[in-house]
Amino acid sequence: MRDVKVTPIKNGTVIDHITPGMALHVLKIIGIPDTGVQSTVSVLMRVPSHKEKWKDIVKVEDRELDKSQVDKIALIAPNATINIIRNFNVVEKHHVEAPDEVVGLVRCENPSCITNKPREPVRSRFTVACRDPLQLRCGYCERITTDVAKHLF
Amino acid sequence: MDFTGRDLVSIRDLSKDDILFILDLAAKAMPVARGDRRSRALDGRILATLFFEPSTRTRLSFETAMQRLGGSVIGFSDASGTSVTKGETLADTVRMAESYADAIVLRHPYEGAAKLAADFSSKPVINAGDGAGQHPTQTLLDLFTIRMEKGEIAENNIVLVGDLKYGRTVHSLSYALSLFGASITLVAPPTLQMPPEVLSHLRETGGRFNQAESLESVIPGADVLYVTRIQKERFPDPEEYRKVEGAFRVDNALLANAKRSLIVMHPLPRVTEIAPEVDSGPHCRYFNQAFYGVPVRMALLSLILGKGEI
Ligand SMILES: Nc1ncnc2c1ncn2[C@@H]1O[C@H](COP(=O)(O)OP(=O)(O)O)[C@@H](O)[C@H]1O
Ligand SMILES: [Zn+2]
Repeated sequence: MRDVKVTPIKNGTVIDHITPGMALHVLKIIGIPDTGVQSTVSVLMRVPSHKEKWKDIVKVEDRELDKSQVDKIALIAPNATINIIRNFNVVEKHHVEAPDEVVGLVRCENPSCITNKPREPVRSRFTVACRDPLQLRCGYCERITTDVAKHLF
Repeated sequence: MDFTGRDLVSIRDLSKDDILFILDLAAKAMPVARGDRRSRALDGRILATLFFEPSTRTRLSFETAMQRLGGSVIGFSDASGTSVTKGETLADTVRMAESYADAIVLRHPYEGAAKLAADFSSKPVINAGDGAGQHPTQTLLDLFTIRMEKGEIAENNIVLVGDLKYGRTVHSLSYALSLFGASITLVAPPTLQMPPEVLSHLRETGGRFNQAESLESVIPGADVLYVTRIQKERFPDPEEYRKVEGAFRVDNALLANAKRSLIVMHPLPRVTEIAPEVDSGPHCRYFNQAFYGVPVRMALLSLILGKGEI
């Protein structure tokens, strides 16, 4: 693999095999640049890949992701792997997995859905209507949300 | 069959057997619904009717149903004048209502509102229409009308015409009709055809249906003509509404080619889609249909709140 474009990181997380075009959404999910993250972040887009023709890669130093971030990544990049790097080595590798039920991660595409009514104490809740391409069926209004990346919280 | 304390949010909450059970009881409720016989089946029980959107038939027939069974009703028919205008959430309104009443009937402009209400209420919630979403008791009374007027639901060729895109009643009804094995013909202008998710659901459940743009061509084969209003308030774009308003009109000239036994239904209110001349003809059943809302809702209330007796 031609992976010499970026300096190796000592500790951190490499999100690999991201669906091409989704790297910027992944950055948003992990809160970059908003949340005052100090660490170095590198983004590789449209890298040739063995498994799928192209992929994006995001590398973050000194950071590990929490569960809701991994769950969101699973929704927009179903083939992504999360690699934990310690002392320059991959010490853990997880394949992301989209859950059957998606709770509190995505906003319903239907503007007149009760879950979009301001101040109503309710978390959005979807079942997976289709995995590829991902389609979520709202547990409240029953409408389908297709553009999941655009409607992530 | 035990319905005690159950919510009714979507017609899909009910199996075919559940529906038949409700319709059988509704038939037994007819004399009480007409006022020929008295019932105290829900004596002392209180129903809250929370109507955040206007309604005539649905609200009045729920209230009549409850009172015919000896119960009483609290509620509002318009959210103005309630604390909702002060910004109260639906969740809070529902928690208040469940502490005052034994069951809640809810109409709300947001889709999924009844599901939310059911999440927050320990008392049963009956959905009386959530925006462009579900309106299951309308479907039950539509099925009851077909059964009372045609003897059975299956074996009928049922034409649904009008706004099939935004019209919530036709979504639930087509689902239920396919459950019963009726054959369905969908007639709408191209921009108001049945949404793809409803069609794919019909396909999955083995529903027999076809689509047409002209009403004239399907009238001769129809047993039931179900007409809906093209609802101005559901159109995001007024221009889109202008193009299709008045697209279909059911009048005596159109019905001249119909079977003698054809029945014409409409959830009402109608505007111009059915000519007044049809009212006095042999096909009109929409006023009977509006009345059938009472026995059907009596049956439902009795099953959910009482012992399933009338
Ligand atoms: N120290 C490191 N610094 C930056 N990236 C690394 C480091 N170690 C591994 N990677 C990257 O993490 C991803 C997963 O690594 P690895 O498990 O070795 O590869 P693969 O999943 O292709 O078998 C690859 O994109 C690799 O280039
Ligand atoms: Zn929704």
